[in-house]
Amino acid sequence: MQPEVNIEKLIQHDRSEYASLVEAYTDRLYRMAVRMTGNDQDAEDVLQETFIKVFRSIEGFKGNSSLSTWIYRIAMNEALMLLRKRKPEGFSLDEEDEDEDLTPHEVAAWDPLPEQVLLSTEMNRHLNEAVMLLPETLRSVFLLRDTELLSVKETADTLGITEGTVKVRLLRARLKLREYLNTYFREPGLEIVT
Amino acid sequence: MTHEHQCNHYLPELSDYLDGELSSELCVELERHMAECEKCRIVVDTTRKTIELYQTATDSQKAPSEVKERLYKRLHLEDFLSKTDGQITDD
Repeated sequence: MQPEVNIEKLIQHDRSEYASLVEAYTDRLYRMAVRMTGNDQDAEDVLQETFIKVFRSIEGFKGNSSLSTWIYRIAMNEALMLLRKRKPEGFSLDEEDEDEDLTPHEVAAWDPLPEQVLLSTEMNRHLNEAVMLLPETLRSVFLLRDTELLSVKETADTLGITEGTVKVRLLRARLKLREYLNTYFREPGLEIVT
Repeated sequence: MTHEHQCNHYLPELSDYLDGELSSELCVELERHMAECEKCRIVVDTTRKTIELYQTATDSQKAPSEVKERLYKRLHLEDFLSKTDGQITDD
């Protein structure tokens, strides 16, 4: 559910409305940035720079996309910029190999996990590590669509790609994560050799 | 179509199936295939669980209070930071 924020008040630099916006988006932008950058300090930088840019450029918000999509776009661009800075000069962001075979190799049923395990710090760390193994192009789609619950169209608008590309990347991301997590969750002895 | 070819034929439809966006015709086809194919049943089930795991973990993730405190200060909004969220007091 998207938070209700009065854009007119934001344009008038109403501090109380700014505070409501910050309150509504801080947790979601921070967790997205942690998973996108894999680093708490980078995530904090993304969070701060995103709100500063939102406040500075709210007058330029045209309403062509939702406010939420616009904010996520700024945050994602900040995260991608940080990731680019980390790469050695001349290296571009990791992109997915479009010809890669998607056929699942590891197929085994997973053990059911109790709630305290699902919500544990270790589980969270494991999930974050797995998502960091995805190329940035897949990671960004997966995080927006499957953890921030943006629609396919909102995800496409946020990343400036087509809805078809979102769907292709989402499938690749989901299958790769399933494969990464398989080694952690599979029931011993139930693997089907493919 | 061989059994293996059928599995590969349905793989691109997996996301739409999990999102409830697959056409009813393809949905029936896929479910018919899954009734006979343990491998595809497991792939669908574990992919669904993968998504659910991330969503469960996401629901419980909050920005640490010190991160919020530094954010509100940087934005000059510290007077709006509730005491339960950060360390700022009236003192």
